[in-house]
Amino acid sequence: MRTRSHLGRGLAAHAVLLTYTLIALFPASVIIINSFKSRRAIFREPLALPTPETWDLVGYIAVLENGDFFGYFLNSLIVTVASLAGVLLFGAMAGFALSEYRFRGNTLTGLYLALGIMIPIRLGTVAILQLMVSAGLVNTLTALVLVYTAQGLPLAVFILSEFMRNVSDDLKNAGRMDGLSEYAIFFRLVLPLVRPAMATVAVFTMIPIWNDLWFPLILAPSEDTKTITLGTQVFIGQFETNWNAVLAALSLSILPVLVLYLIFSRQLIRGITAGAVK
Amino acid sequence: MAARRPIRWHIAVFLAPAVLVYTAIMIVPLFGTLNLSLYGATDDGPRFVGLANFRALFGNPMWSDAFWNALGNNVWFFVIHMLVQNPIGVLLAAILSSPRLRFRAFYRTAIFVPTILSFVAVAWVWRLILGNTWGIAPMFLDSLGLKSLYAPWLGKEEYALTTLALISVWQFVGIPMMLIYAALLSIPDEVLEAAEMDGITGWSRFRRVQLPLILPSIGIISILTFVGNFNAFDLIYVAQGALAGPDFSTDILGTFLYRTFFGFQLQLGDPNMGAAIATAMFLIILTGVCLYLFGVQRRLRRYQF
Amino acid sequence: MSRTVLAAILATTALAGAVQAQDAVTLTIESWRNDDLGIWNDTIIPAFEASHPNINLEFAPTAPAEYNAVLNSKLQAGSAGDIITCRPFDASLELFNNGQLADLTDLGAMANFSDVAKSAWTTDEGASTFCVPMASVIHGFIYNKTAFDELGLTEPTTEEEFFAVLDALKEDGTYIPMAMGTNDQWEAATMGYQNIGPNYWKGEEGRAALIAGTQKLTDPEWVAPFEQLARWKDYLGDGFEAQTYPDSQNLFTLGRAAIFPAGSWEISVFNPQVDFEMGAFPPPVQNAGDTCYISDHTDIGIGMNAATEHADEAREFLEWVGSTEFANLYGNALPGFFPLSNGEVTLEDPLAQEFISWRDQCESTIRSTYAILSRGTPNLENETWNASANVINGTEAPADAATRLQEGLDAWYTPAQ
Repeated sequence: MRTRSHLGRGLAAHAVLLTYTLIALFPASVIIINSFKSRRAIFREPLALPTPETWDLVGYIAVLENGDFFGYFLNSLIVTVASLAGVLLFGAMAGFALSEYRFRGNTLTGLYLALGIMIPIRLGTVAILQLMVSAGLVNTLTALVLVYTAQGLPLAVFILSEFMRNVSDDLKNAGRMDGLSEYAIFFRLVLPLVRPAMATVAVFTMIPIWNDLWFPLILAPSEDTKTITLGTQVFIGQFETNWNAVLAALSLSILPVLVLYLIFSRQLIRGITAGAVK
Repeated sequence: MAARRPIRWHIAVFLAPAVLVYTAIMIVPLFGTLNLSLYGATDDGPRFVGLANFRALFGNPMWSDAFWNALGNNVWFFVIHMLVQNPIGVLLAAILSSPRLRFRAFYRTAIFVPTILSFVAVAWVWRLILGNTWGIAPMFLDSLGLKSLYAPWLGKEEYALTTLALISVWQFVGIPMMLIYAALLSIPDEVLEAAEMDGITGWSRFRRVQLPLILPSIGIISILTFVGNFNAFDLIYVAQGALAGPDFSTDILGTFLYRTFFGFQLQLGDPNMGAAIATAMFLIILTGVCLYLFGVQRRLRRYQF
Repeated sequence: MSRTVLAAILATTALAGAVQAQDAVTLTIESWRNDDLGIWNDTIIPAFEASHPNINLEFAPTAPAEYNAVLNSKLQAGSAGDIITCRPFDASLELFNNGQLADLTDLGAMANFSDVAKSAWTTDEGASTFCVPMASVIHGFIYNKTAFDELGLTEPTTEEEFFAVLDALKEDGTYIPMAMGTNDQWEAATMGYQNIGPNYWKGEEGRAALIAGTQKLTDPEWVAPFEQLARWKDYLGDGFEAQTYPDSQNLFTLGRAAIFPAGSWEISVFNPQVDFEMGAFPPPVQNAGDTCYISDHTDIGIGMNAATEHADEAREFLEWVGSTEFANLYGNALPGFFPLSNGEVTLEDPLAQEFISWRDQCESTIRSTYAILSRGTPNLENETWNASANVINGTEAPADAATRLQEGLDAWYTPAQ
C-alpha cells in the first residue's frame, strides 16, 4: 500500500514538473529553432523545424563575422566572472559582519547597504560616467566590473546575511574556543556552510550582468571592450532588424550563461551535501 | 574592574570593501541625482526650488494622473507576481526537493532556462507566440476548440498589463524556485526522517515541517519580489517601448521614470522632475522594505542546525 | 642586450609611432543608424579616406532607442565622439543651446542647402546653423503591384478611390488590405496621421497657422485625418492591436498584405526582401483636382561635438558631407533617404525616383508637431502617437482625441503674437 501511494505521488510530481518544463522550454526552443532558418521561413511558419530548404546559417555567419565575436565573448566572460568574484567575496564578508556581530549601527549599516536594491542604478549614469572619465577608466573593462560589483552588492549582502544567521552558533563558538581567529571562522567554517546561498546569489547576479546593454554602451563602447550583448545590438536597426542575426545572437548567448548556471548549481549541491555531513 | 573591550577590527575589515565600492559607485552618484529633484531648470541654469517639483508631481493633474496610473499598474504587476510566481516557485521547489525524485537536475535546469534569457529574447518570442500575425496562440487555442477566447492581448488596454506580468512571472519563476530549493535542502535529513517516523508524509510534511522552517526564505523572496517589481522596467520597455502602450495601460513607475528623466523622441529629458519621481519611488520602496524588516522579519522564528 | 639600449630602442619606436600618429587623425561618428553600418564601412568611408588620407573615420552607431539618452549622457560627461548625427529640431537645438554642438553657420558647404533644408538645424531667429542637413524622408503608400494587377486595381488618387481599393481587397480576401499595427504607436502617427494629414491642413499653410495660433487642432482640417484613420481599422487585419512595426514590414514583404503606409526609408529595407514588383502612390486627396501635399520631412543631419580635439579635421569632413559627391553616394546607397543638397543628384532606384517625382506634383511640408510645438510638457509629438493609436484602435473618438491634444498644447504653449 505504501508503495502504491508512493507511485501515485511520484507520478503526480513528474506530471507537474513535466508540464512546467514544457512551458518553460517551448519559447526558448522557438528561438533556437528559428535561428537556423531563413528569414522568410521564420515568419512563414514560425513553429516548423528547419527543413533542407529552409535551413540557413546566415544569421550565425553574420554574428560570427561581425567584429571580433570571440573578443566580445571574452570581454563578457571577464566582466561577469570578475564582478561575481567581487560581489561574492565582499558581499559574504559584509553579510557575515552584519549577521554575526552585535555592534552599534548594525541595523543601520544593513539598511544602508540595502538601499541599493531600492533604486535603479541607471539614475546615476551621468555621475558614474563622469567619475570614470576623471579616473581615466572609460573604455576599460575595469569600469564595468566596478559598476556591476557595486550594483550586485546590496542584494548579495541582504541574502547572504539572512542565510548566515542560520549557521549554528555552537559551531562558531567551538571554533573560537579552539583559538581560531574571526577570519578563519569566516573562511573555514561559515563560508563552506553557506555555499548554497552563495551559488544562488551568483546565479542571479550573473544573469543581469551578462545580458546588460546599458553600461557597456555608456562606459565601454570601444571595439576592444565591447561585450557580447553590445556587439550584437548592431543588428537591431532603426527601421530594419536583421532577425536571423538577432536570433542567432540570442541563441548563442544562452549557452555560456547555461554553462555558468550548471557550474553554480553543482556548487549548490556540493555545498548542501557537505553541510549535511557534520 | 571591567576590562576594556578590545576594538573589534575584524568587523571593519569585513565591512570595508563592500561599503567602499558601494558608496563610491552607487550611493554617491545616486544621491547626487536624487538631489536634482530639489532643483529646477531656468534659462540661467539650475536653481534651487525646494519641494516645487514634488508639489507639481502630486498636485498638477498632468503629472499626478500619470504617476497614480503608473503606481496603480505597478501594484497590479506586483500582485500578479505574488499570487502566481511565488506559489508556483515554492511548489516546484517542494516537488524538486522530494528525496526520491529522478531527473532532478534536468528539471531544475529546464525550469531555470527562462530566467537565463535576455529581455529582448523574452519579449520577442512571447510577442511571436501571443500575436495574431503569425498565428501561434490562435492556432493552439483553436486546436483546443477555444478559438473564441483569443484576443490580441498585448494590444488591448484591458489585458496588456496582466499579460506582461504573466510573461514576467514565466521569466522569473526560477528565482524563488532556486532560493526555496536551497532553503529546503538545508533542512537536515534527521528532521525529515523524524517526521516520517511520526507518520507525517507528503503534503502534511510540507505544511507542518518544511514550510515553517523556510518561512524566512519566503520572507526574503516576498520582499525581493516587491523591490524587483517596483523597480521593474526592462520587460515593458523592450516589449512596449518607453510610451508603455496601449494608452499607458502598461506604464509602470520604471517606464514613467525613464521617459521623464531621459526623455523620449522629441520630449527632452527632464532630470529634475525625473529625480522627483525617482525619489518618490525610492520612498515608496523604502517604506515597504522597512515595514517588512521591522514588522515581519523580526517576528520570524529562525532555526539553526 | 643591456637595459639602457633596450630602453632607448623602445623609446625611439614609441617616438616613431607618435610621429606616424600625428599624420592620421581618427574621427568617431556617433549615430543611431545601425542600419547604415555596412554602407558607411563599404562605400562612404572608403570614398572619403581616398580623397582625405590624413583623416580616418570610425562609424560607431548606438542602439536607436537608446541614442538620445546615451548621447546626452556622454556629452555631459565628455566621452562623446567627434561627429554627432543630429536628430531634427528641438533635440539638437537643446544640444546647441547647451554648447555641446558647434556652430557651423560659416561652413562653406552650408551654401549648398536651402533655408527649408536647414530649418531643422537652425536656431529660431535663423542666426546660427549647427548641423549639415543630410537627408529627408517622404511619406506615401507602397503597394504590391503584382497583387494590384491580379485584382485589376489601379493607384487611387482620391479618398473615395482609396477606400474603394481597400474594399475590393477586403472583398477578395487573398490579401490583408493594409499592413499597419498600432502596438508601436509611432506607426499610427507617422505613417498615418502625418502621412495623409497634410492634404487636409494644406501643408505648410496649416502648420504655420497652428504655430501662429490662428488654427487649432480641434479645427475640422486637423480632425479630418483622425476621422480617416478611424476608418482604417476595418482594413488592417485581425489582431492589429498587437502587431508591431517589424510585423507590418514582414506582412508586406511576405506578400500577405497589399498596401503599406510608408516612409520612403522602406525602399532600401524592402528591396532585398520582396519577390514581387512594388509601386508607390502619394497620399490621396479629398476631391479630384485638389492640390496634393506630401510630408517631406528633414530627418537626419550631421554636426560637430563642440568639445572635439580635432575641430579642423571635423570641419573638413563636414564640408565633404555637404558636397554633391556625398549626396550622390548617400542617395544611391540608401534609396529612400533623399539628400537635401541643391546639387544635381541622380537616383537610380525606380521607387526612389517615383517618390521624389512627387516633389514636382505636390507641395512639400514637414511633420506638423516637430518645430516648436513639442517643446513643452505634455509633448505634442508623443501625445499624437498615443492619440493616433487610440483612434485607429477605436478606443477614442477623433474629436475627443483632437480636444485632448489641443488642451495639452494650450497647457504650455502661447503663440508668439
